[in-house]
Amino acid sequence: MTNILNEIGIENYIFLSVILFCIGVFGVLYRRNAIIVFMSIEIMLNAVNLLFVAFSTYHQDAQGQIFVFFSMAVAAAEVAVGLAILVSIFRNLGSIDINNLKNLKG
Amino acid sequence: MNTNLALLLLLAPFLGFLFNIFFGKKIGKSASGIIGTLTVAVSFVATLVFFLQINETKEAVQIDLFNWIRTHNFRVNFGFLLDQLSILWLLFVTGIGSLIHLYSISYMHDDENMHKFFAYLNLFIFFMITLVIGSNLLVLFIGWEGVGLCSYLLIGFWHKNQEYNDAAKKAFIMNRIGDLGLLIGIFIIGSLFSTLDYTTLKTAIATSGNLDITMISIAAFALFIGACGKSAQIPLYTWLPDAMAGPTPVSALIHAATMVTAGIFMITRLNYVFDLAPEVQNIIAIVGAVTSLVAATIALVQTDIKKVLAYSTVSQLGLMFLALGFGAYEIAVFHVITHAFFKACLFLGSGSVIHALHGEQDMRRMGGLKKVMGITFITFLLSSLAISGIPPFSGFFSKDEILMTAYHNNIALWVIASLASLMTAFYMFRLLYLTFFKEFRGTEHQKSHLHESPGLITFPLIVLAILATIGGLISLPTNSWLNGYLAPLFSKEAHEAHHFGTTEYALMAVAVLGGIIGITIAFVKYIKQNQVPAEDAEITGFSKVLYNKYYVDEIYNVIFVNSINSLSGFFRDYIETSLSAVVFGLGKVTNELSYQGKKLQTGSIGFYLFVFVLGLSAILTYLFLAQ
Repeated sequence: MTNILNEIGIENYIFLSVILFCIGVFGVLYRRNAIIVFMSIEIMLNAVNLLFVAFSTYHQDAQGQIFVFFSMAVAAAEVAVGLAILVSIFRNLGSIDINNLKNLKG
Repeated sequence: MNTNLALLLLLAPFLGFLFNIFFGKKIGKSASGIIGTLTVAVSFVATLVFFLQINETKEAVQIDLFNWIRTHNFRVNFGFLLDQLSILWLLFVTGIGSLIHLYSISYMHDDENMHKFFAYLNLFIFFMITLVIGSNLLVLFIGWEGVGLCSYLLIGFWHKNQEYNDAAKKAFIMNRIGDLGLLIGIFIIGSLFSTLDYTTLKTAIATSGNLDITMISIAAFALFIGACGKSAQIPLYTWLPDAMAGPTPVSALIHAATMVTAGIFMITRLNYVFDLAPEVQNIIAIVGAVTSLVAATIALVQTDIKKVLAYSTVSQLGLMFLALGFGAYEIAVFHVITHAFFKACLFLGSGSVIHALHGEQDMRRMGGLKKVMGITFITFLLSSLAISGIPPFSGFFSKDEILMTAYHNNIALWVIASLASLMTAFYMFRLLYLTFFKEFRGTEHQKSHLHESPGLITFPLIVLAILATIGGLISLPTNSWLNGYLAPLFSKEAHEAHHFGTTEYALMAVAVLGGIIGITIAFVKYIKQNQVPAEDAEITGFSKVLYNKYYVDEIYNVIFVNSINSLSGFFRDYIETSLSAVVFGLGKVTNELSYQGKKLQTGSIGFYLFVFVLGLSAILTYLFLAQ
């Protein structure tokens, strides 16, 4: 079986993953819309998933790919919960600007 | 068979204790008293059976119940050793114990807590039996502490009076000091011989070639300190006179006949250890003689009837230690037995007097009781003759043996002991004359209520007076049953070897003469000249020093109590203050830090995320750089 890594080197996957992760980080830091923040978190998560799959292929070991399935399942559950929280926040505050959440401070 | 009988002997009083403490109140006073008495009587019967058996077979019975402590080279069994010594001791502990229980049924009948009194008395007998029949030093120690506890409970029995509570605490604390010595002695013996068992110890000492005499001497000295505490010798004797705060049967049983002889029992038990330490034996003899004289001088001027008897007890115990110091163990044991008889009788007699006078203990308020209290008077007279060493009463034989031994070993100590016995005769007859002769000096109200005590009180008196009279028969100077009976216990030959010549008869005559002189002085002073001791405020000169017991309590207060108090004051004011400053300071610093840290918690999620990412980057950078 031809290995896709022979055509595109592993470094490129790592670079892509790092770039995606940084985009996610900056998204989280600079955006105030809670949904965008949320999406940025998902981007970070998927950057890691990508790295998982890439190294899994590199090492010829299926364990990494199986892990990604778990990770995606957990992420899906997390999204469901997170969105539900956001809906609830919107109903209470009429906005989803994260700076409005200061009131949660103890 | 032997095991069961020994368990019955030991546990009967304990069952009595349990029954009285839990159900005593329900079944009523008399029933509780009868049960208490019967359980001790059961022990006495069991002891008699053992006594007859051992007197015949002459073999000790060793009973091991179970393995108590076991390490790789040290083991202690929980077991009993029933030999000549322990059975003899049990005979008078349970025998006199039964009589005193019987006496207490009547004596304590007006007390609301009578069931508790009997419970404590039973517990005391249980611990005393444990002390005596234990087969090793650790079992002895259990009994030793147990009797101390019961002594404390019974001295403070009338706990509504704060002075009595203080006396109880004093006894307990003084005994603790001695107990520390005993423990140290036990530890040293345990580490030297890897055993605490009497029989094994005796064999080990007899067979071992190179013994560490210095360590053994230290152990013997530590054990002697323990004996000093329990048996009220200088410098730990001051608790015993104060212990008279307890009810009179307690004074008779615990503080005259049984518990205070525990020290003598222990030294006799370990005679093979003490024989190896002649310096310690010298100290024992000197301490005994000095105690005997000091206590006798104090007793000369006391006016409280029980205080006189208490100091007399200390003095007699001193004589026993004198005999122990000369290695004449069988003579000390002999005096323990005769002393138990006559001193118990004297105490119970004084109790009978106090009972008739509704709690009056001051001899200056007594007098003339001979006419109304005939039986008490006769028994008291017999016991006084016995303690004064007048032949043929029991005290004559035992005291004479002690004086004779002292004469042969150390003339100076003989002089001291003889002086003490002369004083004994004086203060005992002073007590007798002031209490029973002349006219009654109390109030009219007391006078109209004077009566002879009931049969339950006079019966034990009569029995004890008979024993005090004929008790000397067990060890006559020329034909001693006791010495032969106890011979297997001692490594060296019994002291009866000294033949009876003119010296011995002369010594005997001197001793008797001393007693008669003492009695005569008392007679002249209190009958002929009709003197009555002065009131407290009028006492002057040296008798004031004596009346105040040489101010020993005050001296102890200044030297020990006050210095310890100021040490505690120092610790409270400085050490504790600085320690708590450190602890409180830590709390304050933490509090302040968290107050500052709280300000970081702004609630701005953007800020949190920024800090989070910053921290994460910092960690990652560190990990990269660290590689």
